[in-house]
Amino acid sequence: MTIDLANQIVTGLLTGLVYSLMALGLSVIFGVVRVVNFAHGEMTALAMYAAWALFTWAELDPLLGLPLIALLLFVLGYVMQRGLIDAFVAKPEHMQFILLVAVAIIMVNGSLLVFGPDAHGIQVPYGFDTYEVGPLLVDKVRLLAATAALCISGLLMLFFRRTMTGKAIRACADNLVGARVIGLNVKRLYAVTFGIGAACVGAAGALLSMLIDVMPSSGPELTMLAFIIVIVGGLGSMGGALLGGILIGVSEVLAGYFLMPSMKGMFSFAILILILILRPQGLMGARK
Amino acid sequence: MLDVRDLDLFYGDAQALAGVSFGVPLGSITAIVGANGAGKTSLIRAIAGMETPRAGTVRFDGHDITGRESFEICDLGLGQVAEGRQVFPTMSVEDNLELGAMVPRARKDAAASLERVWQMFPRLLERRRQMAGTLSGGEQQMLAIGRCLMGQPRMIMFDEPSLGLSPAMVHEVFAIIRRLHEEGMTIVLVEQNVAVSLHMADHACVLENGHVVMEGRGSDLLGDDRVRAAYLGL
Repeated sequence: MTIDLANQIVTGLLTGLVYSLMALGLSVIFGVVRVVNFAHGEMTALAMYAAWALFTWAELDPLLGLPLIALLLFVLGYVMQRGLIDAFVAKPEHMQFILLVAVAIIMVNGSLLVFGPDAHGIQVPYGFDTYEVGPLLVDKVRLLAATAALCISGLLMLFFRRTMTGKAIRACADNLVGARVIGLNVKRLYAVTFGIGAACVGAAGALLSMLIDVMPSSGPELTMLAFIIVIVGGLGSMGGALLGGILIGVSEVLAGYFLMPSMKGMFSFAILILILILRPQGLMGARK
Repeated sequence: MLDVRDLDLFYGDAQALAGVSFGVPLGSITAIVGANGAGKTSLIRAIAGMETPRAGTVRFDGHDITGRESFEICDLGLGQVAEGRQVFPTMSVEDNLELGAMVPRARKDAAASLERVWQMFPRLLERRRQMAGTLSGGEQQMLAIGRCLMGQPRMIMFDEPSLGLSPAMVHEVFAIIRRLHEEGMTIVLVEQNVAVSLHMADHACVLENGHVVMEGRGSDLLGDDRVRAAYLGL
């Protein structure tokens, strides 16, 4: 009983780390560009389809396909910001909302058109391997995915702390007027930021494709998931996205363990409502 | 060095600048004085590419910079110390300075520029790891000036550099501006402190309701009865 529960919690923790990476992208984009990416889950689903296609047609392991998919999504995000969203950055929020919802609808129906309504999953050869850690059983796939997600999150934090481009992006978030005063190319930096957020999504999608099936309706579900995570963790906080992802990942498996798996969404939303009542700025968010 | 001709700027339907023309000679200190809301900050922002003028031209060092993006204008060597200092509050003093050298023209010599700024402002060196938001107003102003110098400008526009500072700090900031001038920097000075800025300036213009109403040598304007009555309370 307790061993079983512990196994479940470890599973939730590992899955949560992959969720975190996806939510990190949303948080980074909002924190800098101040645009909420309502097509976030749809982009994740796109990345999962890409991973599935690479695995099915080119026999490429999602872990190896990950850099390629992340790069692809980076380009997609960069182009989206430059060509589409940039004109809306200074516009009222409801206009940004409509724009990105439109993008999301196009992506959902586009994937319906190309891949059909059925669920697509990836079964890697080592899919059923497990590691015994003491009394616990840990899925190899899940462990690999979580490790990769954690490494990528760490690299992202290093990028923002150590590189000049990363610092320039933080500067835009810190004081936009100041950034323009010293001649930073804000539009380009915004596009790079959106690209980085999308690359997180690309990497997370590649990893998720090994854990769950993808279908057109996955997009909106994942968007909700990313939203819940960043609101619980604190919008714009990178550490918050990490914590929120783990929390939601664990809550999902606990819901499955104690009640039934189909009730996991209810648990996530309950946490969201509790956070909004008790700590509206999120667990690690700064109070404005 | 800088030549502004017939500049019109609107915020929606409200006209902020109406046919503003003035010039800044190479190596001069040019003061722009005027009451609150006269359009001084709008003028600076329009020149720096942070607002798009509806009509008129701005030429800097032979380049037509009208309506160009702020990062392009900075890269031509037109620097700005903006109103309210505009430092990056949650980043360290050193990061703030390094970001000042992100413009392509200054990137290569960033290390040498940083040395120069440390020498000029030893107090910033003492606080290099501190968050800029935790500095005093005067220190933030020095940081803003140092950050601007990191971009290797050939002309600097100062917008209200003495605003909100202690008298001792005001004195220090003006001493720095004088020193930069002596080293050959071309300077535009927008100041609420009309007496001091006219004393310092070779050249000055008075802005009222978006119009240039007077232009001339700083000392001449200082002796002008209308200026004395309107801005100096004499």
